[in-house]
Amino acid sequence: MTSTLSGGNAPADSSSPAPLLSIRNVEKGFGARKVLRGISLDVAAGEFLTILGESGSGKTTLLRLIAGFEMPDRGEIWMGDERLDVLPPYLRPVNTVFQSYALFPHLSVFENVAYGLRAQSVSKAEIPDRVRRTLEMVKMSEYERAAPARLSGGQQQRVALARALVNQPRVLLLDEPLSALDANLRKQMHVELKSLQREVGITFVFVTHDQEEAMALSDRIALLRGGSLEQVASPRDIYSRPETSYVAQFIGQTNLLDAEVRNGVASCGALVWQTFAPSGRATFSLRPDSIRIVSPGSSAHADISATRFQGRIAHQTFGGASDLLEIECGNGQILRVRLSGPGPLSGTHEFEFRAVDAVRVREAGAD
Amino acid sequence: MYSRTYKAGVTLPPLLWIVLFLLVPYAILFCYSFWSVSPSEVIVHNWSLGNYAELIRQPMYLTTLLRSMRIAASVTVLALLLGYPVAYYLSFHAAKRRDLLYLLVIIPLWASYLVRGYAWKTILGTDGVLNGVLNFLHVTNALLFLQEHLNVFFAAHSLMHNWHVSFVPLSFLLYSPFAVVIMLTHIYTPFTFLPIYASLEHIPRNLLEASHDLGASPWKTFLRVILPLSLPGVVAGATFAFVLSLGDFLAPLLVGGPSGIMISNIVASEFGAAYNWPLGAAISLCMLLLVVGLLFLTERLERSLSFS
Repeated sequence: MTSTLSGGNAPADSSSPAPLLSIRNVEKGFGARKVLRGISLDVAAGEFLTILGESGSGKTTLLRLIAGFEMPDRGEIWMGDERLDVLPPYLRPVNTVFQSYALFPHLSVFENVAYGLRAQSVSKAEIPDRVRRTLEMVKMSEYERAAPARLSGGQQQRVALARALVNQPRVLLLDEPLSALDANLRKQMHVELKSLQREVGITFVFVTHDQEEAMALSDRIALLRGGSLEQVASPRDIYSRPETSYVAQFIGQTNLLDAEVRNGVASCGALVWQTFAPSGRATFSLRPDSIRIVSPGSSAHADISATRFQGRIAHQTFGGASDLLEIECGNGQILRVRLSGPGPLSGTHEFEFRAVDAVRVREAGAD
Repeated sequence: MYSRTYKAGVTLPPLLWIVLFLLVPYAILFCYSFWSVSPSEVIVHNWSLGNYAELIRQPMYLTTLLRSMRIAASVTVLALLLGYPVAYYLSFHAAKRRDLLYLLVIIPLWASYLVRGYAWKTILGTDGVLNGVLNFLHVTNALLFLQEHLNVFFAAHSLMHNWHVSFVPLSFLLYSPFAVVIMLTHIYTPFTFLPIYASLEHIPRNLLEASHDLGASPWKTFLRVILPLSLPGVVAGATFAFVLSLGDFLAPLLVGGPSGIMISNIVASEFGAAYNWPLGAAISLCMLLLVVGLLFLTERLERSLSFS
């Protein structure tokens, strides 16, 4: 049950000794429905942490608990040495960028951004300067006097960002802020958001269901599934070292190999490779891009740790820089392979992968 | 799309209705307002502005109009003060009891106006329910005592002064502008409640979360987000209450007494006992102009306040 709490242990080399934001064993249910089951998660100062999960995984609820719009049934939330979960939202040093922006329709862009400063009684002389500097940061200076209704979705997004950032929160919470934007604008916002975060140095907790977005933006990803944390790790680690088959499938594409291990040798259909896993049944994740095609002329043993097998091309999908292939390697076993610029392929070829790239994962729902 | 006959069939009846029963009577009224009545009580069809001059010359008309407006304004303020909190509570905090409470607010609208008028008569009268309760609690005696000892204060108190207060039993409760205000407030509070409730329901709830998130307390959130966004409803409700009270005829008739007479009572008497239709028509048209002007202004105000 609690074996997925690895998120509680920030990496040992993490620069900050004490986490800025600490979520401890938080549980939350609505009626009979359990939405969060014992979440523990530390966020370091200045970190860009993404809470990633499918819809219904509880990621937005977790964010709302940090913001204060929901109260946890159990557990605590701490900011440094201040306990957050007992405070009403307006006393918490966090700000939220809402999915639907939630700009005040009766206030101009300037007044929207100034709202938090006025609410917290920042001195009047200071307000115009801070508002204008923040609007400049999100490139919305020229729309200062505009009404929110006259702005495009992307522009409203920037104002919402400025409205939250101007208060210099210790943690900025972003609830799928880019989901309403079209793909190109979203890519552009990824770059801007990331550089903005570096510029202001504020800790970002970002919620999304889009794994590509999570990979592009995050220092660390916390993958949530059915109200429990499945894995918390950097994008690279979570991609190359998935702990469970769910993580392996959710982040990028993978081949899940249900293998029999005997004396350090795993076998799954036509595939046989070396492993440190103990004997018995085990599941391995093998990324499509870890499999290479062996060109006919190449020397037989270029890489001694490589495992070779024969596969018949069943399907090839052109994907620009790389193609996705489905290969059949006997007994109906299908593997997905990603090759960069292979040209049209057909018939049977020899493929190889390195044994270390077959990562042993826990079975989904095994805990 | 639709045939000519269909379009005509749909639009003509209501158009005919409006022309026959609204525009034509107004036109007749308009004509009447320039005519006069001979001493032998015959309508004389010679055109003049005499009736309008009479309205200005006789201070009684302006006094009554001003009293009507004062009463309507009091009703408006009271109805807003009563309607807004109820609407606010229902929209933001009622949750499960909302449907029941909503019904309770609306039900009085279904009861006959006359019944409610007579109900207030029995409540406010000298032998009425309210005096009975106050007497039982010795409140009236206390007020009498206070009046004797603070005579100067009470004499200076314009409210009491205007409404000719005398105690034991509290006779000013009935047959006074006070009674008219009470009764009209009761009748028109649902009319302020409904548009305010509708405008509150239209406020996206995430705006409240955004406000709290930005550090505004619930009170600040009310002042800076909820109140401004509900102003169109407030203006609409105020318009209902003011315009409907201003032209009210039954409340002053039932509970107003001589000091609570309103402009509609004068119109009624001109068309009735006084038999001066032309003068009545002139007053009616002035009132119509006043109300249309008011509606025009509040309509524009409402539009400038809404942001959707």
